[in-house]
Amino acid sequence: MSDTAPAAPTAAPAPHGEGHHTNYVKIWGILVVLLVISVLGPMLEIRAVTLITAFGIALVKAYLVAKHFMHISLERKWITYLMVTMLALMLVMVGGVAPDVLKHDGLRWENVAAKESVKKGNEAGEKAAHGGGHGEHGAAPAGEHH
Amino acid sequence: MSTATAEAGHGHSHDAHGHHDEGFIKKYFWSTDHKIIGFQYMFTGMFMALIGGFTVYAFRMQLAFPGMSVPGFGRVTAHDYNSLVTTHGSVMIFWVAMPVLIAALGNYLIPLMIGCDDMVFPRINRLSYQIFLLSAVVLIASFFVEGGAFGGAWTAYPPLSASAAYNLTPKGAPLWLIAVALEFVAFLLGGINFITTVMNSRAPGMKMFDVPIVVWMIIIASILFMASVGPLVAGAVMLLFDQTVGTGFFDPSRGGDPVLWQHLFWFFGHPEVYVVLLPAMGVVAEIITVFSRKKLFAYKTVLYTAIGTGVLSFFVWAHHQFVAGIDPRMANIFSVTTLLISIPVAEMVFVYIATLYGGSIRLTTPMLWALAFIGEFLIGGVTGIFLGSSGSDIYFHDTYFVIAHFHYTFFPIAFIGSFAAITYWFPKMFGKMMNETWGKVHFWGTIVSFNFIFIPLFFLGARGDHRRIYDYTHFPDLMRSGMQELRVLATLALIVLLAFQVIFLVNFFYSLVKGKKAEQNPWKANTLEWVAASPPPHGNFPELPTVYRGPYEYSHPEARDDYWPQNQPPATA
Amino acid sequence: MAFPRPIATTRSVTGIPTGRLAVWWVIASEIVIFGGVLGSYIMHRLGHSDWQYQSANTNTWAGAFNTLVLLTSSLCAVLAHQAAEKKDGPKAARFLMFTVLGGLTFLVVKAFEWTNEIKHGYTLTSNTFWSFYYTAAGLHGFHVLAGMVIMLFVAADARKNRELQRVENIGIYWHFVDVVWIFLFPLLYIAK
Repeated sequence: MSDTAPAAPTAAPAPHGEGHHTNYVKIWGILVVLLVISVLGPMLEIRAVTLITAFGIALVKAYLVAKHFMHISLERKWITYLMVTMLALMLVMVGGVAPDVLKHDGLRWENVAAKESVKKGNEAGEKAAHGGGHGEHGAAPAGEHH
Repeated sequence: MSTATAEAGHGHSHDAHGHHDEGFIKKYFWSTDHKIIGFQYMFTGMFMALIGGFTVYAFRMQLAFPGMSVPGFGRVTAHDYNSLVTTHGSVMIFWVAMPVLIAALGNYLIPLMIGCDDMVFPRINRLSYQIFLLSAVVLIASFFVEGGAFGGAWTAYPPLSASAAYNLTPKGAPLWLIAVALEFVAFLLGGINFITTVMNSRAPGMKMFDVPIVVWMIIIASILFMASVGPLVAGAVMLLFDQTVGTGFFDPSRGGDPVLWQHLFWFFGHPEVYVVLLPAMGVVAEIITVFSRKKLFAYKTVLYTAIGTGVLSFFVWAHHQFVAGIDPRMANIFSVTTLLISIPVAEMVFVYIATLYGGSIRLTTPMLWALAFIGEFLIGGVTGIFLGSSGSDIYFHDTYFVIAHFHYTFFPIAFIGSFAAITYWFPKMFGKMMNETWGKVHFWGTIVSFNFIFIPLFFLGARGDHRRIYDYTHFPDLMRSGMQELRVLATLALIVLLAFQVIFLVNFFYSLVKGKKAEQNPWKANTLEWVAASPPPHGNFPELPTVYRGPYEYSHPEARDDYWPQNQPPATA
Repeated sequence: MAFPRPIATTRSVTGIPTGRLAVWWVIASEIVIFGGVLGSYIMHRLGHSDWQYQSANTNTWAGAFNTLVLLTSSLCAVLAHQAAEKKDGPKAARFLMFTVLGGLTFLVVKAFEWTNEIKHGYTLTSNTFWSFYYTAAGLHGFHVLAGMVIMLFVAADARKNRELQRVENIGIYWHFVDVVWIFLFPLLYIAK
């Protein structure tokens, strides 16, 4: 049996761990600061800034969590590639679907129902926003189509 | 860890199980042994195949003899017809092909073929089967609820599937969806188990390219499944809400989009074809090397083509939707990718033929099945080219040509592949030999009648015979001379095919009890499962093997025999 | 433990412990599940300019507070891992309990938030934006709940210094759930 014995026990030292001292609280602090920025960003009411503070910061936060909390950078390289591949597959999916679902018209076709729904929603929304008296919650019932 | 092989003698024969000290329930229903779980999947799959077979019998009878009272079923109403077709499709894919080819073979073969004693997560493995069993129970329960089984086709396109006003199966529809979702969870758990087991628990000395092709194929298939099923799981939740609480995810008038479901479904649905194809291809690779006593012609090519097929399969899904109103420019792209994917699959077939070339071929029953797989699947693949090109698909779409095409792919995968696997590994699984003569009778009966079912459907489809029609007598265009006769021919051939399966079942269970006792390695094969006793005891190997070479060293000049087991140490130099 | 472990579980050909390897594969499969929901949502959102009137009503402060809660619980999970690496099971268990507490806070905040929204008429069926809102956050909440339950089991073992490698494994899963929320937060709350 001895020659067929397991090569490494379950509790084998991971490629990471010992001798690795990340200041986790510091990382957490950075994450919280980023969170504050992402909440404050939209208050400038500049579209480009909102997009950057919302999604750019989300990417940075995700990177920090993956690197320092999940230790993905200390893991075998292919694990990172696997995660990136899965994300890339989602891009493939969105890329293949968007021309039919995101867009409501194209080469010799038109999604009449979707356009109608957007138009109705916009009209109801504008009415609620400018009609006054409704307050900020006025849009919801108008959006209903049972 | 391993008990003595003495147990092997009566381990799985059905008359002896009562005496086993573990107890029948504990041994066969609560076991964490990968072999028992494999059997659970296999027998559940075989049982579900009976349901799939019965439903096709009922609705084919209706098509051939409209309005007749079908023996064993009664009159098929239009409502029944929808339920029967839906049940046939979903059962055969999700509850027959998947459990038998991936789960049963994966569970049974992986630990044996990579030389270890069990899966790395035996209890998760048991849980996986239990969830699968639950999914089968939910599906069967849906036959008996108000309105009957789901009648929105196995692809479940909204709005037909989303609203009971259209599918008329208010209870069956959500139950069907829940059953499918549970089944996905079961296979995700099983798939992760397969992948981690093969990655981490291979026998000492077994390198990446020493892993048998069938194991590789099951792993690639599991990864494909895992990577493609996510959007459909998401879509299933959305559709379930559409059905039960009245959301409008797939309702365009409320800001949803029905085409989204088609995309989510086929983003999974097309890789799914390769999820079941690849294990069957792997089974064929094992069998043709053993029975032509020749090394697999190009091990790495098979592997790379399988990976290439897997990668490409994520870029072809919209070829199912050419007439669904997708943008024609996208249709062009998907036509090109679809035609590209035939290259790696064809290359795999060429490799198999090259393996046969010059071999010392033995036409045993499993070998016949394997050869038939190559031939029949080829027809399925070649006819797919007409459907993959968006131009010709516009004509062929939703005709019986499509039905004939995908049955020429799925029947070889789900049945020919499974029969090949079962007849090949039966001696190992149960320690008994199956009867060769009856095996061949079953083979010829099945193959001939199979072709008599689907060749007429190609002709019908080419003449414009629309699918999804319950009673053709209402459509004079589809009752032109000879068309109904072809339908009758296909139905009669189906009955013959179903009748021949009785021979298989009798042969299977008779051999299980009274078959000739099998040796440890009756086919003189190299892979590690043949090193274990037949059937292997709990723990599989008396001593866990060490691997010295690849799995296909047949007729090697340095070997003493014409086979050279992977675990046999090389002669000391 | 009574369950006899197969030899298979003790092998590690890749060099990555089997449990952690499996967690990475679980995450891989989860990426595509959440990718399916979020991809569908993003496409619809970009195609429906009228949804801005709906999304204007989500509560950014509740979302931001929950982000803070999850980030903090992730910190506790990684500190638990650090303690487990030093073979200090009880300390790891304590940190895991803090993580569970974080998950609980998250769900309680969610419950109040949703109650308020439903009161104002924004229900699962009132508009497809809200359908996506509840489905995506609900699916995420379900993962939070599942992670909490598993974590309780892991913590119970860790307290007795057993199965300490699981502390890291459940932590990796928890961080992933955190990352999903990091993307849900701007998608559902900030992008008005």
